[in-house]
Amino acid sequence: MNSRIAFVAFNTFREAVRDRVLYNLIAFALLISAAAVLVGEVSIDVEKLVVINLGLTAVSLFGTVIAIFIGIGLVSKEIEKKTLYTVLSRPVRRWEFVVGKFFGLTGTLVVNTFFMAIGVFLALLYVVHHFEKADLSVLASLYFIVLEFLIVCALALFFSSFSTPIMSSVFTFALFVIGNLAEDLRGFASITPGLTGAIATAVAYLVPNFSAFNIVSQAAHGDPVAVRLIVYNTIYALLYSAMAISAAVLIFQRRNLK
Amino acid sequence: MAAIEILDLEKTYLVGFWRKQTKLALRPLRLTIAEGEVFGFLGPNGAGKTTTLKLLMGLVQPTAGSARILGMSIDDPRARAQVGFLPEQPYFYEHLTARELLTYYAQLSGVPAKERFSRVGAMLARVGLEQSAGVQLRKYSKGMLQRVGLAQAILHNPKVVFLDEPMSGLDPMGRREVRELIEQLRSEGKTVFFSTHILSDAEALCDRVAVIHQGELRGVGAVAELTRQSAGRVEIIFCSASVPAALTSLAVEARASGEMVNAVVPQEHQEPALEILRKERLRLISLTPVRSSLEEYYVEKLRAKENRVGAGA
Repeated sequence: MNSRIAFVAFNTFREAVRDRVLYNLIAFALLISAAAVLVGEVSIDVEKLVVINLGLTAVSLFGTVIAIFIGIGLVSKEIEKKTLYTVLSRPVRRWEFVVGKFFGLTGTLVVNTFFMAIGVFLALLYVVHHFEKADLSVLASLYFIVLEFLIVCALALFFSSFSTPIMSSVFTFALFVIGNLAEDLRGFASITPGLTGAIATAVAYLVPNFSAFNIVSQAAHGDPVAVRLIVYNTIYALLYSAMAISAAVLIFQRRNLK
Repeated sequence: MAAIEILDLEKTYLVGFWRKQTKLALRPLRLTIAEGEVFGFLGPNGAGKTTTLKLLMGLVQPTAGSARILGMSIDDPRARAQVGFLPEQPYFYEHLTARELLTYYAQLSGVPAKERFSRVGAMLARVGLEQSAGVQLRKYSKGMLQRVGLAQAILHNPKVVFLDEPMSGLDPMGRREVRELIEQLRSEGKTVFFSTHILSDAEALCDRVAVIHQGELRGVGAVAELTRQSAGRVEIIFCSASVPAALTSLAVEARASGEMVNAVVPQEHQEPALEILRKERLRLISLTPVRSSLEEYYVEKLRAKENRVGAGA
């Protein structure tokens, strides 16, 4: 990696950590521990199913909220606070800055997810007392959640390259919700004729297909995850993020920092 | 070689919801600043000083024109490596300590890894922040942040330093330190381009100044020449308890203070004024031509256009 990108990425990570972003981990740990104890008391035979469902959904929601709220501020906050002036007046290209910011935020989320995953596995251990091979699908599900974060980060960064923080969070959250309904949208498009169908098809393929990343229920039931799906989702997430980041760079490159 | 060449740099912003209205921020600006020169960029608030600096730093895209630093385009990263910049009222990453922030900037500026630690330490000492180097910047006072700002601007030993209102918001001691720093930079052969609306600072520090108003360059001149010129008036100091009645009609300004009178008269009234003193048998203490001040030059340039418009109407 270009060293300037690495420096920007590390600084973004350090700022996020110092900004007490990772404090949410404490909230998460408390929530998941309490849930595990509660589930252990009230559920019969389905404790594992409930803990995995609850745990993975919580990881996804906590991470998405962090991705949106830090992502939207990555560029706009720097412009607003003018911290960008002393960075871009150095031999740092704008694209290096944007890409560095993206890596910094994804790094923060990967670390965040790692600790939350430990929480999920500890809760799981508390209710079932042992792990089995089928639990590997929980790992696959966590991996897909991280891929989802990559796309959310890239979208937040894209919107924040030209919009206000509030509008960026609205746009990103809207796309997150629509993206989770992408399969339904594709289904609707396939049965709708004419112009409406064409528009629905275009929108269905343009929005990120988050539903393909949601295998929480499959993981809870211990169903194996196809390698092909892992490869497909990895390529999709990387390409989608790369496109969103490229668009962010193109816009940011021409932006006046008033 | 010129340190800074500004070649008809121009900026117009598109404003309004549909971006169809235009707002002129800078009319075509042409300026050349030599290496080793301390150049003052003067103008009231909103004159276009900060816009010019942002254009030179590549933070704002010009509508037309270009600029070169040390013969290189301002977009060239090699030119950026030779530039230090202090924005007006700088903000920094508030969760970092001064040492961490300067290390980060040293990394971005390409300071070799083995030199970074010592360079950052030396810079912290130079701006008097050694004791608080490990404190997060959110706990710093405004004056301390300005010192950090100065440190980051010169950390990588740049040849050209741009300072946007470096004295603004500083107490007298802080202003003095900034003045000393600019003097040091001059003695090191650096080119310093700084914007200010504090004329006494510009007069004390600059080799040349430019006056900008309403986005338009109104004048450029060497400070030594501007202040050497006679203002066409003489100051007469003589012993008297009051201003003689005959003198009041000749003087532009006359006031008695104790046993002395200080009167300023136009040069053409010098002889008649002295004749009055002789007749009244008053003792002359001194007679000195009044020199132009930078302030007069500044005010004259600021009013020049309004006067022309007024005269034409």
